[in-house]
Amino acid sequence: MNTAQKLLRQLGHQVTERLWRLGFASRFLLMTVLYSGTALRRFHLTIREIYFTGVLSLIIILVSGMFVGMVLGLQGYDTLQRYGSSEALGVLVALSLVRELGPVVAALLFASRAGSAITAEIGLMKATEQLSAMEMMAVSPIARVVAPRFWAGVISMPILAALFSAMGVLGGYLVGVQLIGVDEGAFWSQMQAAVDFREDIMNGVIKSFVFGVLVSWIAVFEGYDADPTAEGVSRATTRTVVTSSLAILAADFVLTAFMFRGI
Amino acid sequence: MPSLIATSVSADPLVQISDLNFAYDSRSILSGINITIPRGKVVAIMGPSGCGKTTTLRLIGGQLRPTSGEVRVAGQVVHECDDDGLYLMRRRMGMLFQFGALFTDMSVFDNVAFQMREHTNLPEELIHDLVLMKLHAVGLRGAHKLMPAELSGGMARRVALARAIALDPMLIMYDEPFAGLDPISLSIIGELIRTLNDALGASSIVVTHDVHESLKIVDYIYFVSEGKIVAEGTAEEIKESQAPYVHQFVWGEADGPVPFQYPARPYGEEMMEQPSKPRRWWS
Repeated sequence: MNTAQKLLRQLGHQVTERLWRLGFASRFLLMTVLYSGTALRRFHLTIREIYFTGVLSLIIILVSGMFVGMVLGLQGYDTLQRYGSSEALGVLVALSLVRELGPVVAALLFASRAGSAITAEIGLMKATEQLSAMEMMAVSPIARVVAPRFWAGVISMPILAALFSAMGVLGGYLVGVQLIGVDEGAFWSQMQAAVDFREDIMNGVIKSFVFGVLVSWIAVFEGYDADPTAEGVSRATTRTVVTSSLAILAADFVLTAFMFRGI
Repeated sequence: MPSLIATSVSADPLVQISDLNFAYDSRSILSGINITIPRGKVVAIMGPSGCGKTTTLRLIGGQLRPTSGEVRVAGQVVHECDDDGLYLMRRRMGMLFQFGALFTDMSVFDNVAFQMREHTNLPEELIHDLVLMKLHAVGLRGAHKLMPAELSGGMARRVALARAIALDPMLIMYDEPFAGLDPISLSIIGELIRTLNDALGASSIVVTHDVHESLKIVDYIYFVSEGKIVAEGTAEEIKESQAPYVHQFVWGEADGPVPFQYPARPYGEEMMEQPSKPRRWWS
């Protein structure tokens, strides 16, 4: 077999493997949704996971949102004042955040902070036979462990993205109005006039919801599918962060293309 | 080989394994296994590591499906049950995993209460009393507030045992219950397996390679080697057995039917060979 044939064979093997895995992951997502009765009926299970994934991610989300907003304030002012439109700083900061940066950066941070933790936790439960023990106790691990974590991620993500955007706007205000001296009235009134609830805010919420589904799905699947060894859990955790980040950016492009096609 | 147990038990065993074969892909793990677990008895499945003992437990619990043959539990063929049927059957089984497999995010109390909360509508006051009773049975009532990380290996195993008997199962399965325990904990676990089995009127399967501890407590023993039953008998019969395999296992001899050397090519031939390149981390 020559080198070209070997490469082709390897490529074919990789593609088949990935397709098989994608199929398995899709079936896993379907199972998670079908077994969600327990997570939704006994909502305290999901609330507990919302605390671990959402509430404990608040600090990193709020602080990052503030800094991103402050940078936007500085960069935006620098560009806008060249054209004599520094009063439009509020619009620039708000639209950048609610349409794009809020959902995307919050999702990337969420994948790193909460997604990796979910994968590691489920992977370790598998490695220490806790999932097998649950199965032997006639309790479905998908219903009891996976579904509450999945829904906690889906619920937390839009709220975190909204808080990220709100903190970003505050950061932009502090830098633009309090530090640089942009007119406060113009900052808020132009923002209020230019930001559309349906076109801008709702589209941002939809994006963050989709990212929440993607990150939670990848995190729970990688944990459940991890090799039950220390190395396997470590690899699964890395895969969660890498795959989630790529999925967020790719989905962002697709969603943006659909949402803002008329602009 | 005549089955001695067949003469001493009722015609309705709790677990009946018939002509069981199991393979991972093309690698055969178990072949032609026949095991009977009578009601009310403690039966050990012994053999060296990797001989298929734990796989047998997983087949009984329905976590794996046999390649051929069948496992019957209380008259039902396990692999023919649908998910609901399987879960219904598992509610009447308890399993002790090798290292306990306690839920690390729950206290000792919550671990034992887990099945009661999942499968029953008992009021919390009654669950409280039942959990303390189960923990008292394994001598750990005073530890109910501790987290699994605060327990020693022996204590974790006893909590897992209390959890396994939480719903008074008809069948209790033990996967290497003696592994890694100090002599005192080992003796306590051994005694608990016997007394709990008799007190609950359950049947127990103990998968182990600890000969001396298990010979003290079990009624019957199956020896498995390379996926096959190679010997069986009562504890006395096993102790007195002159069968080479049983003798080697019971007396812990380094060489015998189970060879000291892993199968390899002739020594001289291998020594003359050029050494292969060391495996790199990227390969």
